[in-house]
Amino acid sequence: MKQVDMKKIFCVYLPLIVILLFILFPFYWTLITSVKPEDELYGTVVTYWPRAFTLESYRKLFTTTVNFFGAIKNSFLVATMTTLVSLTASTLAAYAFSRYQFAGRKILMCTFLCNNMFPTVLLLIPLYSIMRKMGLLYTPTSLVLSYTTFTIPFSVWLLLGFLNDLPMSLEEAALVDGCNRGVAFVRIILPILGPCLVATGVYIFMTSWNEYTFAVMFTNAETRTIPVALKSLIGQLGVQWDLLTAGGIITIIPVCIMFFFAQKRLVEGLTAGAVKG
Amino acid sequence: MVKKRTIWPYVLVAPAVFIILCVVFIPVINAIIMSFQNYDLRRPKEIAFNGFSNYAAACRDPLFWGSLTRTIIWVVCGVGFQFLFGFILALLLNKEFKGRGVVRAVSMIPWVTPGVLIGLMWRWIYDGNFGVLNDLLLKVHFITDKIPFLSQVTTAFPSVIVTIIWQGIPFFALMLLAALQGVSTDIYEASDIDGASAWQKLILITIPSIKNTIFVTALLRIIWVANSVDVIFNMTEGGPAYSTQTLSVYIFNKGNALNLGYASAMALLMAVLLLFVAVPYLKMNFKEEV
Repeated sequence: MKQVDMKKIFCVYLPLIVILLFILFPFYWTLITSVKPEDELYGTVVTYWPRAFTLESYRKLFTTTVNFFGAIKNSFLVATMTTLVSLTASTLAAYAFSRYQFAGRKILMCTFLCNNMFPTVLLLIPLYSIMRKMGLLYTPTSLVLSYTTFTIPFSVWLLLGFLNDLPMSLEEAALVDGCNRGVAFVRIILPILGPCLVATGVYIFMTSWNEYTFAVMFTNAETRTIPVALKSLIGQLGVQWDLLTAGGIITIIPVCIMFFFAQKRLVEGLTAGAVKG
Repeated sequence: MVKKRTIWPYVLVAPAVFIILCVVFIPVINAIIMSFQNYDLRRPKEIAFNGFSNYAAACRDPLFWGSLTRTIIWVVCGVGFQFLFGFILALLLNKEFKGRGVVRAVSMIPWVTPGVLIGLMWRWIYDGNFGVLNDLLLKVHFITDKIPFLSQVTTAFPSVIVTIIWQGIPFFALMLLAALQGVSTDIYEASDIDGASAWQKLILITIPSIKNTIFVTALLRIIWVANSVDVIFNMTEGGPAYSTQTLSVYIFNKGNALNLGYASAMALLMAVLLLFVAVPYLKMNFKEEV
């Protein structure tokens, strides 16, 4: 018995602890950096547990010229709009792909799948020139539109997996009872699909909240989102690490909370296609 | 599946197709046109068609070839080690132990962390003056002097590769774990009776059973890692002396410098290269579609 326990410690717990240390250490370091006073942060000795706690950096973060609070508002606006637009469009499309056989179905599905493969920079550059011509540059709309380039194809793919797992007989029963398809969709499919829609929505929200490449080119000081604001904390005089780490912690808290609630369903959706394949 | 002729499916896909047409197809056509133009927004009066000049310039550009080489190293090392550690993590998480659910959820956090923050967090860890990595390595007497990891040519690229590996481990672990849980336990029980060693079970049973998932996940990751800009850009911006500039970062820098014609030409070349990876992925996905 003792021998088995030792084996488990060496083959499971020990490697697990090593990998987890590697994965989690950067977050730990970011967190304690954000609560260290400045003299300790840039002192000669590196401390692994702060000698003094302070929330000064969080207070300073919201009073700098960067307008971090504005960036949080912009990020919320952009991520919420992107989620609403992408989720509506992709739920309808995924339902059509899953429940109807129609001319052009295969080619359209292939198109959506191909979109996941496009280099970001290939879209970034023409979109920049188009947004500029249309006068949309530096507006939240330009970001919402550019984010749909990757959120819609990915959500269609995710939702299609969820919908294909729901038996047809569900709606057929409703159709027999005299409902039309629209009513059957709203009354039967949507409620069952609810948790999957939430998971997909969380995924869309997360990716738009985190996106940087488009955001840095399509926003200015007033419309910038959190990732861009974080980067702009790096000024001419070097990096203010206490502010930056405090901003980082604030950035990941909302996505982490959402992810923990949605992770089970999201993982199911992500893995469904690949595991079957 | 409804086979009757009706316009409903077209109505349902219309919004998504319309959006994608506007934000993907028109821009790609735009990019193709721009790639044949001398399109520099800093000199708007000189915008004119110039045939294949941008493509020819890319072929002669040592920075293009250099960043292409670095992209290959970046993808091979990055995705390779992501797979290795992700697979180990998946195997560990597939074992029964207390708190497995929590460990699984927690180990996924890098996947939901913004690339900017990842870049900046690691930049702080690698810092030459106050960085924790230098302090740790000094403490174990691995080094005698502090190393400015991100500002010297020899260490910068390996350092950013470690960061991308860190970012990609969770996604691999997640996908492979789901596949592992789908492998039937009967085969393992049968192999136990035959006296198979743990290693034999891994090579002969586990890996063949999940090879499709490995394949699909690796292809997806290759495309994502090749495209990623934010991590490198926020750690080094492609420097020092271009030593961390991958093709995506190079194109992004050119785009930022408003030389859109040249950037489009290189982006299209990159898209063609990525097609070689994308085609097998698409084939896999449609094989099961009836």
